[in-house]
Parts: sequence; structure tokens; C-alpha cells
Amino acid sequence: MAHVASRPLNRRAPRRLAAVLLAGLVSVLTLSIAAPAAANEVGLDEYDFKVSGLVELADEPLADVLLVIEGGGFRVEVESGQDGRWAVGVPERGDFTVTLDENTLPAGIAVIDENLEQPNVRTITVGQSGSAVANFFIGQGERNTTSLFDQVIERLFNGLNFGLLLALAAIGLSLVFGTTGLSNFAHAELVTFGGLMALLFGTTLGMPIWLAIPIALILSAGLGYVNDSALWKPLRRRGVGLIPMMIVSIGLSLAVRYIFQLFVGGDTQQLPGATDTTLSIGVFGLSWIDVGSMVVSVIVLLGVAYFLLRTRIGKATRAVSDNPSLAAASGIDVDRVIRIVWVMAGGLAGLSGILWAYFRPGVSWDMGFQILLLTFAAVTLGGLGTAFGALVGALIVGLFVELSTLIIPSDMKYVGALVILILVLLVRPQGILGRKERIG
Amino acid sequence: MIDWIQIISNAAQEIISPTTAAYALAALGLAIHFGFTGLLNFGQAGFMALGAYGFAIATLTFEWPVWAAILFGVVGSIVFALILGIPTLRLRADYLAIVTIAAAEIVRLLFTTNTFVEVTGSANGLQGYKGGFAALNPLLLFTDNESVLWGFGPWVYNPYDWWVRIFGWGLVAIAAFITWRLFKSPWGRVIKGIREDEDAVRALGKNVYFYKMQSLVIGGVFGALAGVIFILPRAVVPSNYQTSLTFFIYAILLLGGAATVFGPIIGSVIFWVLLSFFSGFIARAVEVGWLPFLTNVQAGQLRFILVGVAIMLIVIYRPQGIFGNKKELAFVK
Amino acid sequence: MSSSTGADSAPIKTVGLHVGDPAPGVKKVDPIIVADHIKRSFGGLTAVDVEHLEIPRGAITALIGPNGAGKTTLFNLLTGFDKPDTGEWTFDGQGISGIPAFKVARKGQVRTFQLTKALGLLTVLDNMKLGAKDQSGESLARALFPWFWRKQEAEIEARALDLLTRFKLVEKKDDYAAGLSGGQRKLLEMARALMSQPQLVMLDEPMAGVNPALTQSLLDHILNLKTEGMTVLFVEHDMHMVRHIADWVVVMAEGKVVAEGDPHEVMANPAVIDAYLGSHHDSDLGGLDTGVMTAIKELADDDADEIKH
Repeated sequence: MAHVASRPLNRRAPRRLAAVLLAGLVSVLTLSIAAPAAANEVGLDEYDFKVSGLVELADEPLADVLLVIEGGGFRVEVESGQDGRWAVGVPERGDFTVTLDENTLPAGIAVIDENLEQPNVRTITVGQSGSAVANFFIGQGERNTTSLFDQVIERLFNGLNFGLLLALAAIGLSLVFGTTGLSNFAHAELVTFGGLMALLFGTTLGMPIWLAIPIALILSAGLGYVNDSALWKPLRRRGVGLIPMMIVSIGLSLAVRYIFQLFVGGDTQQLPGATDTTLSIGVFGLSWIDVGSMVVSVIVLLGVAYFLLRTRIGKATRAVSDNPSLAAASGIDVDRVIRIVWVMAGGLAGLSGILWAYFRPGVSWDMGFQILLLTFAAVTLGGLGTAFGALVGALIVGLFVELSTLIIPSDMKYVGALVILILVLLVRPQGILGRKERIG
Repeated sequence: MIDWIQIISNAAQEIISPTTAAYALAALGLAIHFGFTGLLNFGQAGFMALGAYGFAIATLTFEWPVWAAILFGVVGSIVFALILGIPTLRLRADYLAIVTIAAAEIVRLLFTTNTFVEVTGSANGLQGYKGGFAALNPLLLFTDNESVLWGFGPWVYNPYDWWVRIFGWGLVAIAAFITWRLFKSPWGRVIKGIREDEDAVRALGKNVYFYKMQSLVIGGVFGALAGVIFILPRAVVPSNYQTSLTFFIYAILLLGGAATVFGPIIGSVIFWVLLSFFSGFIARAVEVGWLPFLTNVQAGQLRFILVGVAIMLIVIYRPQGIFGNKKELAFVK
Repeated sequence: MSSSTGADSAPIKTVGLHVGDPAPGVKKVDPIIVADHIKRSFGGLTAVDVEHLEIPRGAITALIGPNGAGKTTLFNLLTGFDKPDTGEWTFDGQGISGIPAFKVARKGQVRTFQLTKALGLLTVLDNMKLGAKDQSGESLARALFPWFWRKQEAEIEARALDLLTRFKLVEKKDDYAAGLSGGQRKLLEMARALMSQPQLVMLDEPMAGVNPALTQSLLDHILNLKTEGMTVLFVEHDMHMVRHIADWVVVMAEGKVVAEGDPHEVMANPAVIDAYLGSHHDSDLGGLDTGVMTAIKELADDDADEIKH
């Protein structure tokens, strides 16, 4: 399809950019035609009880692996789906064995677990819950060889990295909240947009990454501008209240998120170099990308701090956050400040999205939404509407999320951060750096 | 060619479907929170999850009878409301929003994690809990054949499906009656006063905190019961209880009118009929090649885009909802 | 402008309220509120620092002072809407320091707000009914069963209609409060406060933003409160009104009570002039708060009137 779109590109030079964009969109669209992954299911409607599971190789789902489920004279075969999941219905409660057919694994791969005699066979019991799970995480057993100290350091760096990229998103959210009072749920989509644009220019269009990222950032900042001028400014003019505006942002978030999915589909795609193992430094699980990401975050955050503390417009921003009507009365152009804040918020969120895409790793349609609550948690922890509070809050959330995985299972790591949020609000509702005022 | 009869018949089925009833009840709970009291509860999905899992776990793990299992979910939602309310109901309205949305995610993640797989079934959820409920089916007094089909037009179901519908809409009717009674009473007057200005109500000697807590609990219990109805025609799967579920319920509430008793119910019916019609139409249109640039999967995503845009348009252009009184449009200021 | 008892016949002032010389913190013959060591600071700024204050029962007391003197903060503290750093006070002999606002109100001390808090999307009648105390239908358990509270509701409604008639709002009873004018909302708020049959009515700037046509009627209503045996404490900027209706005046400046006494004596007190002009002594008078200037001018006019009579 791409060459169809590129034909006018040769004929009419002035339209080149538009055509490139179109080609990009079309090719992104074609990517999405890959059907979304669905679990392979056998006999779920037939029987009340269920055995299911997940097959992963090095944390990636593994499809088309044959599994045999046997027990009580009942036998069924199933293959794992695109998402690595499978499920079968079974007629009764009781013990079942799940055997993974190693011949259906990719060449050279086997299920290894030193603790088990037959690592490819699991015995499970369908108990009172009416279902049981047998997961095969291949290649996972090798990980626990690092010492606790190394693990702590590794988590610490990861947490710092995550916290810094979260701070980029949180500061924008906080500035918008401070200057306009809007709790913007669609901030998540600004984050995703940054990642998607980097993917479009860096991977799909094959531009060098040093060019693709700046373009993505400019477009993100532009989207921030469009956000304000096309939607929020008119709504402020209409005198729409803050709560209705917040609900509008929820609607916007939902619509935009699925528009993204419409274009890029449900799967995760990598930015250039994101999974390149040669970039690994070899200590504490760090890669040069992690180091670069942290350096960029710190530089940009220092820049934001300089902007807020030293420049005229930055001071005006803080004045508007403090008291919009007073600021307006003292001659500050509030609309201009808000416009600048939106452009900044868009750019920062875009950068956050790109770094998040390298951290996860991968770009997906809902990647921003995945960290939206953590971003809100960071902003609230630090104190609603204070930019530096958002930074502190983000670092705490980032470190907490990563370090908590040393103790709690990693699929619960966000739970810890959200619990901390609620606990902090309990003792210090104004947040860590928030001003103490009469609240409620 | 497009089978219009099929599309319309599918849409018509949504009018009495148990899912519509579940959403209506959840939206009614949210109307009590948001429309009448002014509480920004963004965790209705969490209340529904507690009702659903409470019922399923009590049935499967504890082997309790149906009434006790439902009660278990309800008690769970009351405890959840208290945990959320005690720290936040003294704070500014937006704190409750952030805490409820976070708490609902915590609930979902706890049901999803592999750690408690024995009880929760983790990502795969739970099934096989419907036996007790099906055994209570009074319709089986009239027939021995569980797969006999009754009904007319598009509404033809077996006795179990009818029983689920009768039970679901029966609960909705009772809840609507209670809500209507409450908001005609002096209690409802205090609650509406709190929505308008809680300091004024406080100055008149009312314990605002306590009233807000009562409102949070009642709306939450409705949410939990909605969760029970929701899982009767399907399995309990944690991914059903994401934040977008709450947003859908908000869309229904805003569609019908936030500060009305019947708005959420009619809103739910309109929402599901339109959504089914729209999805059905797009899916068929894709099949027959009217929309060559869309795949079937993408067509399924259009509904979310539609809901999102609808939320925005209603809030901006018709904040009182379709049935709300323009004067009594209920938005917290 | 006069509608009833007001303007022509000067209101009857209550006298003999204090014991000893009128000075800040002077003892009262029959105090309804006795406050000690009340201190409240925001950050580094001390908003209220009152050593001792007594409010006389059965009289109308005005709380005046320049902007930022801490009048409204003191109001908020006494009514439980804010918590002091230190201090304790009694109402009608009972210690009520630190108890929440709704309990203060239940003890018979109701307040109104500087920015009117009419409940916009409730009808005028519902606003009034909300003011009633001890409506058993306000408990969740009984709300569902109208027969528990229907009789009480009818009594409350009768009382509400009676009050609305007195406040000339009865025709508006089924309108949403949001549709009332600013002055009508003030009237409604005051009438609503009376629904609870309080002993002490605390009015925070009852005249602010009220159109002149309604001013007289508001004044009459306040005077009526005293006639009916209630005590009134109000914050006000309008000196004319203060002189006209107050039996006792408490002057605050920079968080402290700087003078107390009979309105005429207090107005002549150099400490009061100083409080109003205070920090502005050395600076350009042109920069002075216009509200204060008007107040001082009104004072002078008022005294002139007084001499003529």
C-alpha cells in the first residue's frame, strides 16, 4: 500500500511532506490489520470448570505451543494463543496434569527448572474456585542468580529512571492543574502520542532516531497547544465548571486512546535500539539507553526548574498557579501563560512517553494510560498544583514501585504505590510539598 | 446485504438484558454519589468487582448459600466504602476522585495477581458459581425442561436467562423505589443541600461527614449488587473491572441525567441499545465491504471512541442529561 | 425608605451590659460567650490573638475592624469552622472549644456567611425546612418510612411558611434559591438560620452586597431578633448600621480586641481611629482602603445628624 501513496510524492514536490505523513499513517494502519491476540479456548461453554494458563518465553508471550490436559479419564489438547494464553473446560473438580509438548517450542528452547524432575509437566488441582492455572514461564528460572545487593542496586536505578520519566509527565499535569484547575485525564494520551510519533518517524518511516525524537517532541508540544486552543480555552470561555471539564477530559481520553488503537492496533512495537542487548553496560542490569534516559530527564527537569524560578514567564506561571485573578489583575496575560504551560506539558509528556517506551520497553496504544494513575499519584503525593512537589512525588512513586518488587510479586507493584498514595493523604492531605491550608 | 432485522433484534434484546440492568443499577448508585450528594466517586468499578467476586468466592470457596454469598459481596462493598470515605470525605472533592480511582485499581490488581490464584483465579477469573442461583429459579416450577424456550419477538430465552432478567430488573426496581423514597424525604433534602454547599448545611447543625458516608455506602452497595447481576450471564474476569467500566457508567449517568432516579435506568437502556445497534451495523457494514478501510477488530473499537465523544458532547452541550431538569442540572461547582 | 419601626423611632438600645469600665475584655453582667486566649495563625501571620472576650446576652453586638483584622477568622473559630492553635471558650456556660461546627449549631448558635450560602438548586421552602432542628426523617433509617416524620414535616412547613411571610419571601417558596436576588438570598439565609430557633445568631456581614431597598428591611429583622429574645453578634463594615442597631461594639485590629463599649463612645475612642488609620499614619492616605474611608465619613455624618436632632 505504501507505494501507492508514494506515487504523487514524485510528481508534486510541495506536497511531499503531506504525502510522507499520509504514507506513514497508511503503513501504520496496515500494521494494525494483524488481529489482536485472543486466548485459545477449548470446551469452556461445555463444562463449568476451567484450567488455564500462560506460556511465556523471556517475558514475551509464546504462541502455538501444544498443551495436553489430563485427569480423571478426561483428556483435552489446546494450543496457546497469540497472547500466550490458553484455557480449557473440564467436567469436574480434581487433579489434572498439564503437559507442555516441548516439540512445539521454538528450536533450541526447553523448559528448564532444576527443582522439577519433569519441568514440562505440572500437576494442578481444580478446587473450590472451579478453576486452576498452570503457567510456563520459560527462561525465567535463570534470573534469581543475582545477589540481593545487586538486585537492590538494580531496582534503585530502575526506580530512579522510572521516577524521572514519571516526573516529566507529572510536572506537566501539575502545571496544567495549577494554572487552570483542570484534572486532565487525557494527559495519558499526550504521553502515548510522544511514543507513537517516535515509533512513526523512527521505526515506520525509518528516520534516524536522533531526528525522529525531536520531531516527535515538536509534534507533542504542538498537540499540547492544540489541546488548549481547540478545546480547553473555548470551554473556559463558556464558563464550564472544573468538574464538568474533568469529565470532558475523561471522554477525550477514552476517545483518543481508542483512536490510537484504531491506527496502531493492540500490539506492542519497539523503538530502534530498545531491545538491543549490545547496549548493555553489564553492571546492575543497566544499558546505555537507561543512562541516557536518566541524563536527558535530569537535564530537562533542571531546565524546567530554571524556567519556573528564573525566567519572567516562569515566574508569571507560578503567579497564575498561586492566584489567577490576582495575577490577571497585576497585568499578567493569563491566557498566554496557560498556552505556554500547555505547550510545555505536551512536550514534557511526549518526552516522558518516549522514555517510557524505552523503559517498558515498547510502544502501545494505552502505554500512557498505564501510568496515568501513577502520574496522578505523584502529583497528589507532592501536593496538587506544585511543580516541585510533582517531581518529589514522582521520584517516590518510581522508587517505591521498583523497590517494592523485592518483597511483593511484581504483578502487584502498582498496588503498593497506590496504597502509599492513600496513606499519605490520610496523614498529610495537602501532599508532601503542598501548602497547609484549610481543606474541606 | 445487511441483515437489518438481525441488527435491530439484537439491539432490542439489550432493552431487557441483564447487562443493561447491571449498568442501570451501578449508574443509580453513582447518581446517589455524584448527582445527589456531589461525591466524585471514580471507583464504581471497584464496588462492582467486590460484589461480583464476593458472590463468586463465597459460593465457590466457602460454599455459602446464594443469599449469604450476595450479602458477603455487599458487606465487602460497605467495608470498601468506609475505607475510602474515612480519610477522604473531609477533604476537597477532587481528593475523593483520585483515591477512589486508585482504590478501584488496587482492587482489580489484587484480583488479577497470581498470588491469590487459589481463591481469585487470577487473570482467568472464576466460574461455576451459578448452580445455587439457578436452583432457586422459580420458573422451573412450571417446567422440567431447562432448555425450553419462552418469549416472543427477539426476546426468546430459556428459564435460566429469564430468571436472571427477572432477578436483575427486580433489584433495579427495588433500588429505584428506595432511591425515590429517600430523595423525597428530609434525609434526601440534607443530602442535596450538601451537594449545593456543605458548609451551609454544617452551619445548620447537620453532621455532613456522616451523611456523605451514608451516601457513599448506599451507592456502593448498589454498585456491588450491580456486580452480582453483571456476572450471572457470564464469568467473573478481572479485566472487566477496569477504569473504563466506571467511565461507561458515568456516560450512562450523564446521558440520563445525574440527579434523577429514572435517568440512570433509561440512560442505561438507551446506551446499550444504541451501542449494540451501532456495533452491529458497523460490523455488518465491514463484512459486506462498505467500510473497506476498517477491519472487524477496528470496528469493535469504534464504540469506545463513540462513548468518549458522547461523554464530551453531553457534558458540554446538555449537562442536565436527556431527562434532567435544566434548572436542576446537577454538577458540583 | 422606612417600612416599619426602624428609621423614625430610633431602636431601643439595651444598656448596662458590662461590669466596670468598658475596656478590651471587660466583664459582662450576663455573658453568652466567654472566650479566653484564642490564638490562630496562618504560617507566620497571627490572624487572631484574643486574650479575653465576653459577648453579652440578649443584646446586639457588632464586631468591627479594618480589613484583615481577624473578624471572620474569629467567627469561624467560635462556630467550629476553624480550629485555633490555643484557646477555650464557652457558650451558655458549656465549653464548646474544639467541637465540630454542626454540634455548635445544634447547641443553639447558628451563623450566616459573608458570601451568601443559599442552596441554589433547592427550593426556597426546602432551604427553610433544612434549617429545622431534630427532624427525625433526616435519619436514614426513618427516611424510607414517611409515617414516622410526616406530622413533624407539616409542623416544620407551617413554621417555614410563617417565617417566609415575615421575610416577604413566601411567594417565592417554590422557586429555586438560585433564582433569588442577592438581597433576597441574604434574607433567606437569615430566615433559614431562625428555623432552628437559636439563642445566638451570628451574622457575617449581613449588609454586604444588599441593595439599599432591602437594607432597611434587613435592619428591622435584626432588631426583631433581639425583641424575640435572641442574642445577635454580627460582623459589619457599614458604620451607619453599627451605630443604628448595635448595643455593644467590639473593635478588632491585627487580630486583637483593641476597644469595646457603647457604639458612640467607641467611635470616639482614639484607639479605634488608630486601628482604622493605624499603619497608614505615615503613608499616603490616598492609598487607604476606600471602604474604611467611607466608614469614617459615615461616622462623621452620623455624628452630625445626631447633633441636629
